[in-house]
Amino acid sequence: MMTLQECYARLGGDYEDVAARLRSERMIRRFVLKFLNDSSYQLLHDMMAEKNYAEAFRAAHTIKGVCQNLSFSRLLESSSRMSDALRNGYSPEADALLPRLEADYQLTVSAIQDYARECEEQ
Amino acid sequence: MKHSDTQRRTLLIADDSEMNRSMLADILGEEFDILEAADGVEAVEILEKQDIDISAVLLDIVMPRMNGFEVLDVMNQRGWIEDIPVLVISAESGTTQIERAFGLGATDFIMRPFDALLVYRRVINTVLLYAKQKKLLNFVIDQIDEKERNSRMMVDILSQIVEFHNGESGQHIIHVRTFTEVMLRQLQHLTDRYPLSQSDIALISMVSALHDIGKIAVDEKILNKPGRLTPEEFEKMKLHTIAGAQMLESLSNYRDAKLVRLAWEICRWHHERYNGSGYPDGLVGDAIPIAAQVVALADVYDALISERCYKKAIPHDQAVQMILNGECGVFNPLLMDCLKKVESTLGTEFVRVQTQEDRITRTGLVQELLGGERLFASERSLRLMEQERRKNNMLSNMTNEISFEYSAKTGALKLCEWGAKRLGIDEVLFDPMNNPQFKKVVSSSVEQQILSACRAARRDQPLITGDYLLQVDDQARWHRLVIQTLWSEEENPAFLGLIGKAMDIHSSRTQLSELEKQATHDAATGLMNHASAKAQIIRRFGLIAETNFALVIFDLDHLKQFNDTYGHLAGSEVLKGIADRVRQCVRGDDIVARIGGDEFMLLLSYQTEVNGAIDRIFKATRGQYRDMTVTVSMGVAKTREIGYDYDTLFHAADQALYVAKRSGRNRYMFYDDSMSDVLSENTVPTTDEEEK
Repeated sequence: MMTLQECYARLGGDYEDVAARLRSERMIRRFVLKFLNDSSYQLLHDMMAEKNYAEAFRAAHTIKGVCQNLSFSRLLESSSRMSDALRNGYSPEADALLPRLEADYQLTVSAIQDYARECEEQ
Repeated sequence: MKHSDTQRRTLLIADDSEMNRSMLADILGEEFDILEAADGVEAVEILEKQDIDISAVLLDIVMPRMNGFEVLDVMNQRGWIEDIPVLVISAESGTTQIERAFGLGATDFIMRPFDALLVYRRVINTVLLYAKQKKLLNFVIDQIDEKERNSRMMVDILSQIVEFHNGESGQHIIHVRTFTEVMLRQLQHLTDRYPLSQSDIALISMVSALHDIGKIAVDEKILNKPGRLTPEEFEKMKLHTIAGAQMLESLSNYRDAKLVRLAWEICRWHHERYNGSGYPDGLVGDAIPIAAQVVALADVYDALISERCYKKAIPHDQAVQMILNGECGVFNPLLMDCLKKVESTLGTEFVRVQTQEDRITRTGLVQELLGGERLFASERSLRLMEQERRKNNMLSNMTNEISFEYSAKTGALKLCEWGAKRLGIDEVLFDPMNNPQFKKVVSSSVEQQILSACRAARRDQPLITGDYLLQVDDQARWHRLVIQTLWSEEENPAFLGLIGKAMDIHSSRTQLSELEKQATHDAATGLMNHASAKAQIIRRFGLIAETNFALVIFDLDHLKQFNDTYGHLAGSEVLKGIADRVRQCVRGDDIVARIGGDEFMLLLSYQTEVNGAIDRIFKATRGQYRDMTVTVSMGVAKTREIGYDYDTLFHAADQALYVAKRSGRNRYMFYDDSMSDVLSENTVPTTDEEEK
């Protein structure tokens, strides 16, 4: 059975940090699970494809904010870079950063999905 | 959270990420009601709804459509930033971002990732701080209000005693005060030569009521003497200026207080004149303090428009004209400019100042104290309503006015105690339009007039003033109604109700119509005078330009000879006789006027032909007086030929009259083109030189 701490370890997050800030495991769990419904990543993906870099920046920025709140350090790192790269419109760096961000996002989501399944099974 | 009221406060969270919003909602939801906005536009829309009292805004910076900085911009423009604290929550950590947020009036800046407890404490502290400030502000307003009211009341009581002693009505001090206030305000618009703050103006207006306290030292017999004062008596009367100032000097404890200093200046110098011709000191120009200059003018104005034991009331227009002509002494030319500016509004100001201006002034005073910071609008309007109600009640008890308020929500019309007693109805009437008690006082035609005036009122022009007949003790009496309609703050304002008062102006109004009659009619014959006939004719031409009119001017042949033989008294009799007979042969809506010593004017309307009527009138004017035959010469001009311009028509009739006289008198002539070059009997009258 996977604990919340183990989930954080898998997705490259800092559980101690989030526990110190939000102070309630119940609340952390709720928002970690909620992350699965957050559409910001999909929005980033679509906007990059459409070359709408202003909206893409906003989406990256939102992911960054959520990651900050939940102390998802790994995804925070890559979304922060993406957000900085897009801050003033398109830069070639953004294209280069996208695969890394995608990988980190998938890792985060799969860790949470596994955790979610175990929560449901209980 | 510790706050005295049990009412929950509301927070607005503006963030485009649903996760971020719900995280904050989780942290704060136990303490506050939460409203959420997904972008800046939604946030502004929520803030715009005045009915929700938002205690604080948690604001994200990066948002679609309108970002956090732009929201702060709007809050600054609308003045909301003064009253609603904003805590910016952002992942941006750059110092420029933080500086910009604080520069736009943000109260706090919370960085992501945040500590839940920290956010909780900082929000609560901010909200409490602002609530406390609001409470203090209201407290200050209350204190000032209370203080103002008390001093005003003391001054009023004192002045009332003086007025009573002088045998004047209590209206005098109210008029002087209002006039002073209106003029000083206007003066501030006009010039920066006499810089006065709002509180200065309020203070001067208040102490203006004390200008005549020195009269308490003047013998009542002199004060109330109906006739002209002897030179000795007048000297004694003049002493009231010095006496008033001395009374104030003896208040050694308060001698340096601004109020006493102003009162001293006003008492001593409110009879000085700008050119040095006044008393007691003969000061010249701005050696007379501006407060005393304005009160002097106010005193003169009210003396003119009021009835006194030795004189009748003079109409407002005429009083202003007399002052402007310098008939009451020389005043500061700048004040004359002010008077011209406020002249037309002065009458309504007398009513308005007491109902409206006070409350605006009061908030203005507080703003001054706070160094120009604005007060929260809805907070303010609520307080003002409350103040207004209190003030109205007090005033109506003092000045015998019927004050009332109507709420559209409850359908209840409430009257002040005195008003209900005066009208002989209950203090609270529900559904007034169908209430027999209400119907007893307000007839249905008057009700319709008032209703349509209310319908025409709008939020930006909510004040209605008008004179209506109300039934009091089974007698219809003229009342002046001043009604403030109340509207909601929404885009499509809804009618909330009204507040207002009714003043019995019956005696002054009846007097006025008597005066009007005197001014427009000739005393000897009872006919209209030239000025009013002209005005009526012009009005009639404007109304029905389709009808044919004939303008007739005639004068008596040889009246001088008749006067010389039988005396002027007989002459007057002849004129009256002619007037009576002419009146009998014209129709009710024809105009008959005496426009000069022995000169008359008629305006006849007709369908196709007027010659018969002219001939009949001409014959009616002939008559035998004693052993002399009196005849007239008559000139006629028709609108069909000349048109509807009064001056041209008058000139044509006058030329026809001239020709009639030249042809041997005792005849009538119609104007035709051949006369256009002849001289005329009268010069074309202009508005400036109309004969009385």
